[in-house]
Amino acid sequence: MSTPLATIRVMRASGPVVEGEAVLSSEGFSPRYDLDRWSGVITKPGHKLEGTNIRDKILFFPTAKGGIAAGWAFFDIKHKGIAPKALVFGITNPVMVQGAVFADLTITEGWSPHPVEVLRTGDWVRVDPTRKVIELLRR
Amino acid sequence: MIDGRHGEAVRDAIRYQVQVGEFWGAERFVPITNAHMMGDIEVMGDAGFGWLRGACERRARCAIPITTNARCIDFAFADRLGQDAGEAAKERDIVRFLREMNVATTDTCINYQTIYQPHLGEHVAWGDTGTVIYANSVFGARSNFESGPAAFAAALTGRTPEYGFHLEEHRKGTLVVRLEARLDDPADWGAAGKIVGERHQNYFAVPVFTGMRRAPCADELKHLGAALASYGSMAMFHMVGVTPEAPSLERALGGNRPIDEIVIDDAAIERVYAGYGLGDRSASLVVFSGPQLSLLEMKALGEMFRGRKLHTGTQVFVTTSHGVKSAARELGYLGDLEAAGATVLEGVCFYILQNLSKMRLQNGWTNMISNSAKIVNIIGAHRFNTILRRTRDCVEIACTGKLQ
Repeated sequence: MSTPLATIRVMRASGPVVEGEAVLSSEGFSPRYDLDRWSGVITKPGHKLEGTNIRDKILFFPTAKGGIAAGWAFFDIKHKGIAPKALVFGITNPVMVQGAVFADLTITEGWSPHPVEVLRTGDWVRVDPTRKVIELLRR
Repeated sequence: MIDGRHGEAVRDAIRYQVQVGEFWGAERFVPITNAHMMGDIEVMGDAGFGWLRGACERRARCAIPITTNARCIDFAFADRLGQDAGEAAKERDIVRFLREMNVATTDTCINYQTIYQPHLGEHVAWGDTGTVIYANSVFGARSNFESGPAAFAAALTGRTPEYGFHLEEHRKGTLVVRLEARLDDPADWGAAGKIVGERHQNYFAVPVFTGMRRAPCADELKHLGAALASYGSMAMFHMVGVTPEAPSLERALGGNRPIDEIVIDDAAIERVYAGYGLGDRSASLVVFSGPQLSLLEMKALGEMFRGRKLHTGTQVFVTTSHGVKSAARELGYLGDLEAAGATVLEGVCFYILQNLSKMRLQNGWTNMISNSAKIVNIIGAHRFNTILRRTRDCVEIACTGKLQ
């Protein structure tokens, strides 16, 4: 295994080890408020990631927004084949965790250092919940 | 449970709960007395539908009382609203599966006003978010946000992992909000919730409200809580002298030093209303929903619409629970609303209506005007331009077609 170019430590984590393209957002996220759950595109007008397709991405969000309905939404989009690989939150809430675990998606909370200091959108990263790390593999 | 002696459904439920609990560092489970779950075809999709049917086939049976949140179809209106017949058939199946699994399909997001009021310290497993923040804050009961699968699992096992708002340490206030504004309308309370929630998007932020000009009523607390939960993802607030864990500011903070102090005056509330762009100035859709209306809200709204007619080309939707609609019919409030031309739906919430995006296009709706700060926030993915207005202003807009 090659040495990662950078490492972020996370506070809590669950789910399988995954690799994928990072997408960094400066705005929080709800799969109900912000996402078109048929196309996988963030459609909420004015969202910082409006127009971004989340499929197979590793998504970095500072916060979680709202909503109980998110608990079913990840399972739904996973079966539609448009789910992200992992959800990386600065601060999350129980519904995101319940929803991600239900759908067997990788989810983490808390980060050090802040992703904007070491990552940018398009980077290839690995999320390892057991070791509680996110590693930059290439850019 | 975990070895399968109570059946596969209970085994899978407790395994799932253990995994969620481990994420949060929960050390044990707490027994719960009541659960409230979101489960309808719009939120769960075909995958969730298949999962629920599987649970039913494996003879899952809830062990404690559990009720359902608002759903996506009022069967009496499905055709008129252009909802999909296939999805409506699935929705009927979901109701059937749930009843077979010992779930009371009450279809309401105001269970705390109409079904069950837990007492101080009582552990429950509720969702949607509006029900949780009301339970924690106004009743002093203890619940985290529990999504559909999580609340259902909790009802199967009769317990939930002990983390978050089940623990004393997370229930203390973390910031202080001085409410100097008049706050005469439920929408004003929602606007206050928006101001605080947008500034602190954090599940573990617990605002403490002080300085109210008067004690709010239940419907006002409902709009405040729903907005805090929606904009801020918050699950609890205190209100000094009003809510049970806040006899004083000091007690509410429980030794915490507030991380922020916010003052909300009349100007701040007016800035919220002024902040909404009017889009193409269309006033073709006015919605009173999210949360469902209580009987007293139905009464007040009926009085405002009494003797008036909707402007041609404007549609008004009101959503409430089965029980409230039935009582409103008996008491004549429903007649006032329907005579004016409003459509009153039961057992649903407007924002989760099946087929809403297509409905928007078919009706040519662009703006959505509402007195609910929550719904103007959450409906964004359907690409409405949303506008918050006070209740009386919403009625005026609906009857004149003039958006200001």
